[in-house]
Amino acid sequence: MRTAGLTDRPSTAIRVEGISKTFDTAAVLHDLSIDVRAGELLGLLGPSGSGKTTLLRIIAGLDAPDRGRILFGDDDATGLAVQERAVGFVFQHYALFKHMSVADNIAYGLNARRRAERPARAEIKRRVGDLLDLIRLSGFGDRYPSQLSGGQRQRVALARALAVEPRVLLLDEPFGALDAQVRKDLRRWLREIHDRTGQTTIFVTHDQDEALELSDRVAVLDRGRLEQVGTPDEVQEHPASATVMKFLGDHVEVEALAEGGRVLVRGRETPVAAPAGIIGPVKLYVRPWQLQLAEPEAAHLSGTVRSSYRSQGRQRIEVADDQGRVLAVEDFDGVRYPAGHPVGLRINGGHVFG
Amino acid sequence: MVETPRRKRTFRRPSVIPGFGLSFGYTLTCLGLIVLLPLAGLVVKASGLGLSGIWDVATDPRVASALKLSFGVSALAALTASAFGFLVAWVLTRYRFPGRKLVDAAVDLPFALPTAVAGIALASLYAPDGLLGAPLARLGIQAAYTPVGIFIAMVFIGLPFAVRTVQPLIAEIDKEIEEASATLGATRFATLTRVVLPPLIPAVLTGFAMAFARGVGEYGSIIFIAGNLPYVSEIAPLLIVIKLSEFDYGGAAAIATIMLGISFLTLLAINLIQAWSRRRFGYV
Amino acid sequence: MSEIFSPTFAPAARTEPVASEGTGTRVVLIGIAIAFLALFLVLPLIAVFTQALSKGLDAFLAAFREPDAWSAIRLTLTVAAIAVPFNVVFGLAASWAIAKFEFTGKSLLITLIDLPFSVSPVVSGLIYVLLFGSQGLFGGWLLNHGIQILFALPGIVLATVFVTFPFVARELIPLMQEQGSAEEEAALTLGASGLHAFRTVTLPNIRWGLLYSVLLCNARAMGEFGAVSVVSGHIRGLTNTIPLHVEILYNEYNFVAAFAVATLLAVLALITLVLKSILEWRFAGELAHGRAH
Repeated sequence: MRTAGLTDRPSTAIRVEGISKTFDTAAVLHDLSIDVRAGELLGLLGPSGSGKTTLLRIIAGLDAPDRGRILFGDDDATGLAVQERAVGFVFQHYALFKHMSVADNIAYGLNARRRAERPARAEIKRRVGDLLDLIRLSGFGDRYPSQLSGGQRQRVALARALAVEPRVLLLDEPFGALDAQVRKDLRRWLREIHDRTGQTTIFVTHDQDEALELSDRVAVLDRGRLEQVGTPDEVQEHPASATVMKFLGDHVEVEALAEGGRVLVRGRETPVAAPAGIIGPVKLYVRPWQLQLAEPEAAHLSGTVRSSYRSQGRQRIEVADDQGRVLAVEDFDGVRYPAGHPVGLRINGGHVFG
Repeated sequence: MVETPRRKRTFRRPSVIPGFGLSFGYTLTCLGLIVLLPLAGLVVKASGLGLSGIWDVATDPRVASALKLSFGVSALAALTASAFGFLVAWVLTRYRFPGRKLVDAAVDLPFALPTAVAGIALASLYAPDGLLGAPLARLGIQAAYTPVGIFIAMVFIGLPFAVRTVQPLIAEIDKEIEEASATLGATRFATLTRVVLPPLIPAVLTGFAMAFARGVGEYGSIIFIAGNLPYVSEIAPLLIVIKLSEFDYGGAAAIATIMLGISFLTLLAINLIQAWSRRRFGYV
Repeated sequence: MSEIFSPTFAPAARTEPVASEGTGTRVVLIGIAIAFLALFLVLPLIAVFTQALSKGLDAFLAAFREPDAWSAIRLTLTVAAIAVPFNVVFGLAASWAIAKFEFTGKSLLITLIDLPFSVSPVVSGLIYVLLFGSQGLFGGWLLNHGIQILFALPGIVLATVFVTFPFVARELIPLMQEQGSAEEEAALTLGASGLHAFRTVTLPNIRWGLLYSVLLCNARAMGEFGAVSVVSGHIRGLTNTIPLHVEILYNEYNFVAAFAVATLLAVLALITLVLKSILEWRFAGELAHGRAH
């Protein structure tokens, strides 16, 4: 349900309130707040060291915050022990129990319950069977983790987390340890599982493509602060800060001037509107596809072609501008430009931040 | 904003895993009662004598000769164990031959065989009428009841230390390094001496120090073969036992303190070697 | 071979890998190593058995008809039955505290746990004599209260615990450190209590390492001589362990009996070595690093 984030009044499943966390002397999270909506698939995106894994572990109860609260629905869960939180946590390296079969791994959470709350043996067996079907590993119940491929282990870890019917599913870099093709398949599959179960899910990743493809909403973290939360389209079309802009893909920074509500480059107007109240020299952030080869009289920038190549139906031209910087332009006019060819570049869009 | 004030603990990083207090407390209690308190008792006893008192005991001719014998022979034995230990470790890791695993297992024999058993076995082998003692006697070497016998026993117990410290490092040597050296024109001998051996030196030194420390303190496997003649083949640990049987607790404590001091210095040396190795080679 | 190279000038094909010594050197080195080990390590072991049987089977068996031999065997088993479980519990507690938590002074704690390894066995016994002996720190108090520690079971157990103190801990600490805490954390997120996680996740993960360390700890506990000799008082039939009984027989020139009783310990050593090797070959991945030969 891609539209989960757009329904009228989405209820809040998890509320993170003003969480701060310091490890030894290094601050990892600064006064971070975020609401996770029921049933959504939220991607926590950030570079390594941004605190995203720590946030996930704090939600799970694996780490304690120095300050702030975690609410599950309306209940304060800050003081709850990890066992009482009923979260499903999928560890980056899966943390499967090596000495237990796949079925025993999946059944672990049910078997760990007190006798009074433990389902009957037949019921556990049935649930394990259902989960094995769900992760498409029926018949693998008797195998051991060492006999599985990376992708299969990942799926077992997910089934193990789902077996306890968690309030929220937390995945730490779920595809980090897998190779490219398996990653792609598993991504699609995780999305399917989510759509089928409607399970509130938070996953951590440092891969923009992964976050943008998979999430209902993306939360971008940088150095322990929340930079922006929004749908993949929102964060891409309206990045809240230069950090978000930079982190979401290739870009060039262009010296520009804000004047009369417009952004000018070398005195020539661009289609980019200046943010209200900003006047004077600014930095204009431009994506490769927002640059276009142009005649000198219509160009904002000029330079010479360094190299040009085609890849997957697109042409990418690297242009060295007159300051010696290399700009990547994505264009497709069918012309193969030789290195050294002088070209003009036109800016068709971009972002300026206050 | 709601604040949950949390006491900042500096001693231990908070963790969700339970049982720290119990396991840590139990560990400290056992360590304190079994190890630290009794060792402190030794220090108390020795400090009662004062430095001059300890010096007096150490310079007593019989004690001095026992200490000299223990440390001197142990150094020689550790040297021998290191040399042969290196050879054994090299052969076991680099070559494949039938029975290799059996030979490898046999290296730990001195760890597993009780010292008293090793002691009487060595004594009977190297006695003048023993299997090895007789031919040695014909060569004019008397092994049993002389420092030679002590040397043999110390090599026996020191060998596993020498082998086991270098063996994992030899196993980790990257063959490509040797092949690179060969492609650059080095002879096999040059490759070994210039490329392969230098990084192993710290491990060899560590093995030497461990074998040395073990040899100095060893008792059971030595006393049967040593003959225990004062001034000739009487080792320092035996002298402690003799002092104790004479109820000279002070004398025993003094010798023990000297031996402890030396073994701590050896331990320190091992740590320094390993710190140097980490800096120089990036591993221990 | 390409025609460019004239066969007459082609060097003889090298069959040996570049990164090794020549066959001749190899054979000589292997020969020296095996001969050295045979002479220094294996021969003494064989000597134990040949000496024990040198006067025939009857003389060998006669050594075990002595009640003193049996009381020594009983005492050794009793001591090991106390010392080994004690060190298992200690080793589990110490490795749990050290491997699963971050705290200051950790490396000092590890050094202190290793301390008994660098203390001479005789000194290990001496420190208890200094505490509990008649002139010792607590000697007078113990005497007044009629508590016998030295020259009795408690002293022997204490000395044995001291010399075997690090065995279990130093195997389990690196093993648990290598394994990390992720599996325990996973168990906790799935609702397991700490004890349940320890029982179902930690223990199975360290079982082979634990068995390995118990083997070595037991071998040392049953075979310890120096430390026990100092605290036992050598009271025949009462405070003599097997190694001390061997010593007494040997010093009485009762060689056959001494070696006969010694075969018990030699067999124990052999069994220990075999089991240890099996563990190293089969479960190398589940023992602390550096154990895979």
